[in-house]
Amino acid sequence: MVALGCLIYIQPIMAVEPNERLADPLLEERARMLSQNIRCLVCQNQSIDDSNATLAKDLRALVREKLTAGATNDEIFDFLVDRYGDFILLNPPFKASTYLLWYGPLIFLIVGLLMTVLVMKKSKRRASEKPLSQEERVSLSKLLEQKDET
Amino acid sequence: MIAELGHFALILALVMATVQTVVPLLGAHRSNTVLMEIGKPSAIAQFFAILFAFCALTNAYITSDFSVANVAENSHSLKPLLYKISGVWGNHEGSMVLWVLILALFGFTVAVFGKNLPPTLRARVLGIQGSIGVAFLAFVITTSNPFLRLNPAPLDGRDLNPLLQDPGLAFHPPMLYLGYVGFSITFSFAIAALIEGNIGPAWARWVRPWALLAWTSLTAGITLGSWWAYYELGWGGWWYWDPVENASFMPWLVGTAFLHSAIVVEKRDALKSWTILLAILAFTLSLMGTFLVRSGVLTSVHAFAVDPERGLFILAILAFFVGGAFILFAIRAPKMALGGLFQPISREGGLVMNNLLLSVATATVFLGTLYPLFLDATTGQKVSVGPPFFNATFIPIMIPLLLLMAIGPMLSWKQGDLASAMSRLWVAAICSGGLGILFWLLNSDKPFTPIIGFAIAGWLGGGALKELADRVLLFRIPLINSLLRARGLPRSAYGMTLAHLGIAIFVCGASADSAWRSEVVFNAKEKDQTEIAGFNLKLQKVDRLKGPNYESERAHILVTKGSKIIANLYPERRFYPVQQMLTTEATIYSTVMADLYATIGEGDKRKGWVLRIWYNPLIPWIWLGCLLMVLGGIISLTDRRLRIGAPEKRVRNYKTAELGAEHG
Amino acid sequence: MAKTIFVLPFLVFFGVVTYFIIPIVKKSDPKLLPSALIDKDVPENKLPPLFENKTGFDHEDLLGGETLVNFFSSWCGPCRVEHDILMKISEEKTIRLFGINYKDQTQAAIRWLDELGDPFEKIVADKDGRAAIDWGVYGVPETYLIDKEGKVRYRHVGPLTERVLEEKLMPIIQLLRNKKDE
Repeated sequence: MVALGCLIYIQPIMAVEPNERLADPLLEERARMLSQNIRCLVCQNQSIDDSNATLAKDLRALVREKLTAGATNDEIFDFLVDRYGDFILLNPPFKASTYLLWYGPLIFLIVGLLMTVLVMKKSKRRASEKPLSQEERVSLSKLLEQKDET
Repeated sequence: MIAELGHFALILALVMATVQTVVPLLGAHRSNTVLMEIGKPSAIAQFFAILFAFCALTNAYITSDFSVANVAENSHSLKPLLYKISGVWGNHEGSMVLWVLILALFGFTVAVFGKNLPPTLRARVLGIQGSIGVAFLAFVITTSNPFLRLNPAPLDGRDLNPLLQDPGLAFHPPMLYLGYVGFSITFSFAIAALIEGNIGPAWARWVRPWALLAWTSLTAGITLGSWWAYYELGWGGWWYWDPVENASFMPWLVGTAFLHSAIVVEKRDALKSWTILLAILAFTLSLMGTFLVRSGVLTSVHAFAVDPERGLFILAILAFFVGGAFILFAIRAPKMALGGLFQPISREGGLVMNNLLLSVATATVFLGTLYPLFLDATTGQKVSVGPPFFNATFIPIMIPLLLLMAIGPMLSWKQGDLASAMSRLWVAAICSGGLGILFWLLNSDKPFTPIIGFAIAGWLGGGALKELADRVLLFRIPLINSLLRARGLPRSAYGMTLAHLGIAIFVCGASADSAWRSEVVFNAKEKDQTEIAGFNLKLQKVDRLKGPNYESERAHILVTKGSKIIANLYPERRFYPVQQMLTTEATIYSTVMADLYATIGEGDKRKGWVLRIWYNPLIPWIWLGCLLMVLGGIISLTDRRLRIGAPEKRVRNYKTAELGAEHG
Repeated sequence: MAKTIFVLPFLVFFGVVTYFIIPIVKKSDPKLLPSALIDKDVPENKLPPLFENKTGFDHEDLLGGETLVNFFSSWCGPCRVEHDILMKISEEKTIRLFGINYKDQTQAAIRWLDELGDPFEKIVADKDGRAAIDWGVYGVPETYLIDKEGKVRYRHVGPLTERVLEEKLMPIIQLLRNKKDE
């Protein structure tokens, strides 16, 4: 069977058209920020701000409409999540299913620190338990002599 | 005919790889020199066999032999020659041939250039490397054979994706593969060391050149990919935390950690088990990346075609090699001899922190990349983990690391004096404050957050330069003596300074890019104008052109400042009829300090065209910083000590007492 | 502690690999999105009917019996592919079938149905795609199974096939109908 070997790609064309933009620059800024956090569901891992797909365009228009009508950022996100699930948010929400994700890095850091400290303490103990052998004693005194020379 | 020979060559390579695996390992086990020496010719033979196969495939592409199925699916007679060649690795099967080629290449270099290695170690390294080759050659021959024929042969091919018909992308995969396939060699060295039962400073010195080669190539490969995305994809993004990008970034992070912890093994014979673990981990992540890209398990812009059967095969290879490596590690590593001790505040301590932070960063990227997969597998819920997550977690981990990078080299081995190190960094503090203030004054109308990045970069860059200055006792002894000292410094010292400087410059560029871009989008008819960042932009005209395998609309934008002509920009919008694809060819006018980036969208003479121009300050510093890192790696590679392979002798020509610090 | 720490890498790796095997074995498509509306009420809609001489429907019309609601467009290739199944469902009266015409031009849709046949009992037109967003539609075709209380029970993304009908939809339909009889 000859399998397909083509790379899957995205349409790289620009996204937000001039006629989509809101008149109020602050609202437009918010719209762009929100769009960058909303996933394009028919693309391979892009935001609706970056994508040229029709669904992305529709969602961008929806976001701008809601902003003009006075919705808050959270209300807009909630609206989309109600219809499409958490998957549509590029910034994963902070809830039970994602505690592990958000706390993860901190846990890694703490565990890493703990392990480092423990291992270092242990090797210190291991070394102090081992007395120097005769050879090691000789080389130690040689080294000490050398150091005094410099 | 040639294709069949290529196919045969692959099978031959498989045989050679098997010999390369079994015989030297057996020889090392029995201390049989004759058997061990078989490693060299079999590695050489395997490499040349795969090289032949690769050339055969390339030949099929160049001659547009559409009876070969792989060529028919990915090439076209009208394609320019460069892209016919780069099309060889622009698809799954061809890129796997490149993969095994580079695998064999590294085995070849160890066989030919590894004369300073003790015979048993070399035999074992070649043996392990060969075993990886066996696994992947079997994979290629059974599931991903590029030499299958089509009968009847089509009249023309399906063309390569236009996005890939680009010089940057032509070189990106080979560089990338040199990088993360190259970490197979550090893996082999680590396994060989585990089999032998111990590692020492000599091992760290022997493995270093190959680790450096892999790391440098990977840096270059990632940079190329990032730069390509920036100019090709049309909206100036250069890093998206896409799963496949992360798959190449994680080995890089671990590789960096490895290069640093190997220093501790070399200088102080400590951190041995950890360093071995890192060597295994680097290649593990490479294999995992290969798996993720080709199995269809994750959604990504980069994904090759989905095929679960292949995915399972690669997963099996992954499980075998890495599982085996970790089992060996669990058995052998505890038995390794204890190394040198050190205080927490010391050069070693600094490097331990470096490793800790890099590992936490890697684990974080790993978690974010694979979390959707894990969640879906356990609960069936779908969640997206995009750039916001990574930016929020990765950057805070990196900041302490960047700050430490200036302090660490100032500490002495075994027991460092933090107060003394910090006092010597007054230069860095000045650079930090100075750079921060300078850029803030120049950009006081823009968001403040990048200034933090500049302050950090100044600290790091200043620290790197001060470290070098201290080594040559700059301004403490006559200048001419400093210069003489500088000549005597090992090249790896310069490598380090350059690489750290590169990171500082990169941080500047990335900080500026995160918040200081400006953009203008306007609907223009010919002769319309607009302005951005003090530049006046005028659309002169739009032409229709015809290329070798595309048609395009090309705009001419004149950029002026006052009465002076700054640049002429020619953004294009191309249509490739065979693949029915539209691409934007952005034009970028780069100076050292900023980019002007222009694209053209849909339109016609009547309603005008949608033009988009960005002003990206300091974005060239991102590529510059990465290039400096690559340069640093190359210079370190040319260090004489690596070629001789002997552990370093202390240079005692000058008194170092005044400094109160050892530089090893 | 001494030995256990060295076994850690293997254990972690083993866990990770296990998680990799699951999606491969399940052959799951990472891009397939489960509907967020399952077990929730069908969104209200006030969409106009497609034809003048054919009735439209609103969410109240969905009460009282099981219904399949199919989003389709004349410009959508896979919609053509599933059309035969829809005709079959309509002829065999397997279940009530309503259509929502998604982001289409009225005339084009009418011509499409004339050419291929009209399997729908009622059709409405969602010209701007907003109603579809309320349903959580992200492409066409998509088919929703609604129960007699107007709740979404199942969504199929992509063209409907015999297999999906038999193996996925019919069991749920039977379940819902059996509940009615109790």
